[in-house]
Amino acid sequence: MNSLLRIQAVFIKELMQLKRDRMTFGMVLMIPLIQLMLFGYAINTNVRGIPVGVVDYSSSALSRILMQTIGATQVVKFSHQYMTVADAEAAIARTEVRAVLVIPKDVGQRLARHSTVGLATPASSDQETSRPVAHWLVDGSDNMIAGAIKSLRNMPLAELLSKPVNRGVPTFEVTLLYNPEQRTAVNVVPGLVAIILTMTMIMFTSAAIVRERERGNLEMLITTPVRPIELMLGKIIPYMFIGAIQVIIILGLGHLIFNVPINGSLIQLAGATFLFIMASLTLGLVISTIARNQLQSMQMTIFVLLPSILLSGFVFPYDGMPEPAQYLSEVLPATHFVRLIRGVVLRDVQVVDMSFDLYWLVIFTLVGLLVASLRFKKNLD
Amino acid sequence: MSQPVIKTLGLNRNFGDLKAIQSLDLEVEKGTIYGFLGPNGCGKTTAIRMLTGLLKPTSGEVEVLGYSLPDDAEKLRRKIGYMTQRFSLYEDLTVTENLQFVAKIYGLSGSQQKARINELLDIYGLENQSRQMAGSMSGGQRQRLGLAAAILHKPELLFLDEPTSAVDPENRREFWEQLFDLCDQGTSILVSTHYMDEAERCHKLAILEDGVKRADGSPDELMRTMGAHVVEIASSNLRELKQELLLLPPVVSAAQLGARLRVLIADSIEDPVGYLRQQNSLSGNLSASASLALVRPSLEDVFVTCTGKRR
Repeated sequence: MNSLLRIQAVFIKELMQLKRDRMTFGMVLMIPLIQLMLFGYAINTNVRGIPVGVVDYSSSALSRILMQTIGATQVVKFSHQYMTVADAEAAIARTEVRAVLVIPKDVGQRLARHSTVGLATPASSDQETSRPVAHWLVDGSDNMIAGAIKSLRNMPLAELLSKPVNRGVPTFEVTLLYNPEQRTAVNVVPGLVAIILTMTMIMFTSAAIVRERERGNLEMLITTPVRPIELMLGKIIPYMFIGAIQVIIILGLGHLIFNVPINGSLIQLAGATFLFIMASLTLGLVISTIARNQLQSMQMTIFVLLPSILLSGFVFPYDGMPEPAQYLSEVLPATHFVRLIRGVVLRDVQVVDMSFDLYWLVIFTLVGLLVASLRFKKNLD
Repeated sequence: MSQPVIKTLGLNRNFGDLKAIQSLDLEVEKGTIYGFLGPNGCGKTTAIRMLTGLLKPTSGEVEVLGYSLPDDAEKLRRKIGYMTQRFSLYEDLTVTENLQFVAKIYGLSGSQQKARINELLDIYGLENQSRQMAGSMSGGQRQRLGLAAAILHKPELLFLDEPTSAVDPENRREFWEQLFDLCDQGTSILVSTHYMDEAERCHKLAILEDGVKRADGSPDELMRTMGAHVVEIASSNLRELKQELLLLPPVVSAAQLGARLRVLIADSIEDPVGYLRQQNSLSGNLSASASLALVRPSLEDVFVTCTGKRR
């Protein structure tokens, strides 16, 4: 009874302070809003309109039609023309263009013998006699750009010819489930929930105890009968609500603006989010009991945030990581939540089918609360 | 005599190589105001922190209100109040909100809480500030709020760590009146200070220097037994006279007060005035017209003799 009263006392105090701290209150709303806009609009893994140049040795009508056909894919945009390959390479080096198409003198002949056109004599499928129509020089230091240009390698050249092209039957049939249009936002927005919650939840709570220490309130608090666990709970409950508001902002606007579907059950989504918020908050509390001042707590927050962005599967797929990185990634609560939220939001998974991720978040929270309560001693030694 | 509220035996506390408190023996009686007098850094705060259970003693025994520390620190917390040296309530909460927070922490709710808070606002004259942020109040108001919060749960024993360091003389006097009111109602109080006039108000006090208790007792007792006479000299050339006096072995200290020199002379000399008159080395500056008078010692004299270094 008294214990509940003490938790309530800390909770109300924390809420009052938050209400008066306009800057923090603003950031609670602005961080998810701004980040959603940035990530939703700016980050696009489907690369479009790469500026490219051309070195045209043939100067024929055919080469111009070829360029138009390639331009029509919208993957690249021809913006410069160079006289020699050396000029073109220099232009790539100074990133005037990211790739250059070198069209050889005999482009017409090459095209006629190309497998897509399929002249019978000599056999067009013959590697000896059939050669690529033209040559791309690409700035390979950027994987995204390189990948986009590589995707042009086998593009059909139907528009170039009056007759239908010989199109090879693909080796595999591929069906893209859940995100058939390959829109980046569908993948990014649910993941963004994990990153923003990691950032704000850990940041707020990691400053919580440290701030009391810095302002001298801690000396008063520890002479009162308040127990460490009561102080911890009272401090994290307000931030649970803030976390919930942030999730609603991100997924709600993601749905309205970026058309991200919410296929799964909202209750399961709420459950998984609750567990993740708790895990992040307790991690923040642990940091708070270690850090001596707010600067240190901020540094430790960043220390957790960066791997959460890079290793959680938010940016790079988990399956592509080397094994040691995967172990590290499994430790982070964000990894498990990225899986859960993408599962529920995009694939309508039942969370119970992903029980390992759920358990991990629960265990992480319990261990975190225990560590924080043990580390927070009620004396000044 | 009733059971002492604080009793320590051979209390020590080290911070690394620094001996902050050395073999401190204390006994504080119930219903009295006990003072810790000493310069900054003499171990007053460390001693208070050990007595409130915030710091573990390196060695020694502490018993506060019958609880043995540090084992029973948690039980003791409900019965003591502690006002820290630095304002430790929340500056971004109002006066009422701060008091409500503290009340809830001590398990006071509903009408009980409301009544107690109103009572405290009334006693400490904070009704008009009740909706003001604690951070925007004056030093005196803050300190009254701090005291109100520290006694909200009616503790038997109150610790005050330099409560008046940020307060003007007017407010200080009023503050002490309030302390005596509390004491009258049966609260025992331990207060640390570096002001002589405040120390003089205590029932008993201990003089601390470099973590060592140099003397303790009531102010009168201390003045009676300080082991030195006080002579005031009114003369010319006081600066030079002072230097010459300090060369004499029985002279403990000499301090200038305006046109007079206050000289402490060890009480092994029975007639200090005659002794000084006989000193040939002073003849140049101690003219025959100079007046010498034996005066009543003050607490400052006690402090100077106890902390005993020639200055």
